[in-house]
Amino acid sequence: MNYLWGIMMLIGVVYGALTGNLEAVTEQALSSAKEAVSLCITMAGVMAFWVGMMQIADSAGIIRQAAKALDPVISFLFPALSKNHPARKPIATNMVANVLGLGWAATPAGLEAMKALDAERYEEPDHIATDTMCDFLILNISSLQLIPVSIIAYRSQYGSVNPSYIVGPAIVATMLSTLAAVVFIKLRQAVRRHV
Amino acid sequence: MSFVLFLSQAIVPILIFYIVATALMRKKNVYDEFLTGAKSGIRTVVEIMPTLIGLMVAVGVLRASGFLEMFTGMLGKCLSFCKFPTELLPLCIVKLFSSSGATGLLLDLYKEYGTDSYIGFAASLLLSSTETIFYTMSVYFMSVHIKKTRYTLAGALFATLAGIAASVWIATFL
Repeated sequence: MNYLWGIMMLIGVVYGALTGNLEAVTEQALSSAKEAVSLCITMAGVMAFWVGMMQIADSAGIIRQAAKALDPVISFLFPALSKNHPARKPIATNMVANVLGLGWAATPAGLEAMKALDAERYEEPDHIATDTMCDFLILNISSLQLIPVSIIAYRSQYGSVNPSYIVGPAIVATMLSTLAAVVFIKLRQAVRRHV
Repeated sequence: MSFVLFLSQAIVPILIFYIVATALMRKKNVYDEFLTGAKSGIRTVVEIMPTLIGLMVAVGVLRASGFLEMFTGMLGKCLSFCKFPTELLPLCIVKLFSSSGATGLLLDLYKEYGTDSYIGFAASLLLSSTETIFYTMSVYFMSVHIKKTRYTLAGALFATLAGIAASVWIATFL
C-alpha cells in the first residue's frame, strides 16, 4: 500500500509536468480532498443506520441463530472438519457476518477460525496452509456480502436516481462468484480423494 | 430480472422489520442497541476518512495529469480482442490489492460516467462481488504464520474472475 500510494502520487505529478497539466493536478488534489470529506458525511449516516440495525440483530441473537443454521453448510463445504471441531463456530460467524456486510465482525471471527484450524492440524508442517484453510479463504475472498451498504451510500452521494437499485443485481453477481468458489473447492476435494 | 428488481426494493424494509420485530419479541432495548451500533458505525467512517482522502487525492492527481487515460488506453489495446469495457480495468487491478483504492476509482467512474450508466452499474457490481485477494490472504495467513499458501491464490483468482465476468454481464441488463 505504501508503494502503491507513493507511486500513484509521484506518477501523477511527473506525468502532469510532462503533459503540462500541473495546474489541473494541484486543483484536483485539493478538490478531491474536500470531496472525500463530504462523502464521509453522507456515508456516516448510512453506516450509522446499518451498523445500528446489525447491533440490534446481534443482541437479539439473530446472528448466533443464523450461524447455527449454517452448520450443515459447513459440513458440506469443509468435510475434513470433525463434528465438534472448534473452528466450526467462528467459521459460521465469519460467514454470517460477511453475508450481512459486517466487516468489523467478520475479520475477528475469521482470524479465530484460522487459529483453531492451525491448532488442530493433522497434515502438513505448520508453515504450510491446510486444505481447510485454503478452502475457507477462497470462499471468504469470493465475497459473500449480500447488501453492498457502502456502494449504496456512494451511489446516493453521486446523484443516483435509485441508489438501492443495485441490491438485487449485486446479490446475483455475488452468488455467481461464490458459486465459482464452491465449484473450485469441491473439484479440488474430488481430485484429492482420487489420487 | 423483475424478481431481482423487486428484491432490491423490498429486501431492506423486510430486513428492518424482521430485525426490529424479533428483538422486540425477545424484550431487547432496541433503541439503546441501535444507538450503540450507530456510534460504532460513525467511528468506522471517521477511521476510514483519512484513507479515503489520501486515495481520492491520489486518483484525482492521476486523472488530472492525464496518466489514467493514457494507461486505460494502453490496456485497452492489449485487450481489444475481447469485449471487456476497458474503463473498468484499473478498477479490477487495484481491487486485488486495496479496497479503499478501488473505492477511489469507483467514485471517479461515477463522476465520469454517472452512477446509473453501464460503467457505473458494472463498477458497483464489480466491487460488491469481489474481495481484496492479497490483503485478505496476507492478514489471515500472517495471523497463523503460514508461508506456503498452496492453491488459495488460484482459487481466489478464479472466484474473482467469475465475479468480474458476472458483473460486466449483469450490468448489460440494467
